[in-house]
Amino acid sequence: MRGGDVNRLTILTPEGIRFAFELAGPVTRFLAWLTDLAVILLLLNLITIPCRMLAILGADTSMAFGIVAYFVVSVGYGMATEWRFHGQTLGKRLLRLRVIDEQGLPLRFPQVAMRNLLRPVDAMPALYLLGGLVCTLSPRIQRLGDLAAGTVVVRIPRLRQPDLGAIGSGKYNSFREHGHLAARLRQEMTPEEADLGLRALLRRDRLDPEARLELFHELAEHYRTLVTFPESATDGLSDEQYVRNAVEIAYQGGRRAEMVPQSRAPGG
Amino acid sequence: MIIDLQRFMAEQGSLWRELEAMLTRLENDLALRLTLDEVRRLHYLYQRASADLARVATFSAEPEMRRYLETLVARAYGHVHAGSARAGRLRLGTWLLVVLPATFRRHRRAFQLAVAMTLVGAGFGGGAVGLDPRAKDVLMPFLHLRGSPGERVRREETANTDPLDGHRGQFAATLMTHNLRVSIFAMAAGMTWGIGTLALLFYNGVILGAICADYILAGEGVFLAGWLLPHGAVEIPAILLGSQAGLVLAGALIGWGNRKRLRQRLREIAPDVITLMAGVALLLAWAGAVESFFSQYHEPVVPYWAKIGFGCVELVLLTLYLGCAGRGPQADAAANGRGGAAEGARK
Repeated sequence: MRGGDVNRLTILTPEGIRFAFELAGPVTRFLAWLTDLAVILLLLNLITIPCRMLAILGADTSMAFGIVAYFVVSVGYGMATEWRFHGQTLGKRLLRLRVIDEQGLPLRFPQVAMRNLLRPVDAMPALYLLGGLVCTLSPRIQRLGDLAAGTVVVRIPRLRQPDLGAIGSGKYNSFREHGHLAARLRQEMTPEEADLGLRALLRRDRLDPEARLELFHELAEHYRTLVTFPESATDGLSDEQYVRNAVEIAYQGGRRAEMVPQSRAPGG
Repeated sequence: MIIDLQRFMAEQGSLWRELEAMLTRLENDLALRLTLDEVRRLHYLYQRASADLARVATFSAEPEMRRYLETLVARAYGHVHAGSARAGRLRLGTWLLVVLPATFRRHRRAFQLAVAMTLVGAGFGGGAVGLDPRAKDVLMPFLHLRGSPGERVRREETANTDPLDGHRGQFAATLMTHNLRVSIFAMAAGMTWGIGTLALLFYNGVILGAICADYILAGEGVFLAGWLLPHGAVEIPAILLGSQAGLVLAGALIGWGNRKRLRQRLREIAPDVITLMAGVALLLAWAGAVESFFSQYHEPVVPYWAKIGFGCVELVLLTLYLGCAGRGPQADAAANGRGGAAEGARK
């Protein structure tokens, strides 16, 4: 089952798991195509080398080979690379794009062939104007070839394991001295409230100083309404430290702060 | 409930990495077949990652971890649920003897429509030239066809030199690739609800009809048959097959009498369209070679009866092949697991 926000393709699996792909826009796709065009031109230049070698067998054989090779490269490049490299041509690879089945399944060869054989229509009248127009009108940003083949072009996100050091693991947290209050805070705080604080902490260095002060002040004020810690625990704490302590309690519970070994990012 | 992200990552990270490594293996080696134990492990890891994604999505919206798990689950989902989407190994013999002719017959109405439109065009072109011989200046795309048929026949039959000497290979390659491009366009034009495909068929018919009328009215019917039949007996059906693929595509787009959703209809006909186009490529390779190495030679080098006979034999064989090859229960079973050349290449 599929659905979609704007520029996202959401897939609901039979197991009830929902995941989403970010759809690639026409401009990025056009840039990928320009890159592929350059690669095709390079390959066509390289073809002249075996053509010259075949001249030993006669000029006619050499020319015939050149004509067939030109056709095979110009028509077959997209098909061969997208099939071999799981939906990626060189241009798409450079721009971190990938062709996928619109149901999230692996590409089948008829899909790859279909979307590439329909390029002559998408390319009309020139420079993929028709395909680009159809893309902008399509909710899944599909050109005609994609519509016929049941494919979409998605962005491949750069994946990093989140840096949870911003929560402050390993630092002294005065809230832990009051275990019952910390437990109460953990009970009162909703996942959304905790997540808001975590996101603020993870992005704090990207905020303007004034905005940072204001944001953490508002968050701290809100967290103070959930549970009131004694003055001995909050004395001298800045709003940001208050939020950090509260978020750490939320995510790490009553566990004594300890440095968890940071494993290598399992993404790529 | 809010999950302890760091502990969560420390506990589950090794399973995620194992799943990722397995997926990378599968993606890098197209011919890789997992053992039963590996398949079970893949399924287990997929379920664990799915459950983790559900937990992260429910109890924490930490965006990077969620995106990472989404990507991992998406990759694994494709492999776990792809069983029915992938076909077996390519069996060229089965594809050629069963799948292609069965696919052709399954969509014979589209082929009949393509033939009908070509005949309409041919009638129009032939009628135009018959009623007004000057019309061929407008209808004929090639300059060498605008001259007098009688003069051409005399010139060809008395020629002492071979105009294609030293260029036959180039000529054959040009014909193959040009006709293949035309066929691809005829298929792709099916995305205009078939209007583009029908227009192309009509235009081709007009030219064919005009040429035929011109030569027959000039009393050069035998030369015409000897010139066109050896390659035309395969080339014209090939272009009709390409147009048939376009009309199949158009039929799926329009969806008359088919209650399935548009995406489902397109998904179902894609293997058939590609099978037909692969057949077109084979036929056009043959036609190009025949046109270059045989059709351009006339009496006294090659007798017309031999050329006409050759063309007729080709036409009969092609008709028998497309009409009769691969019939029977076993063939139907093979055709139902179709996709042949098109679908099977991966495994």
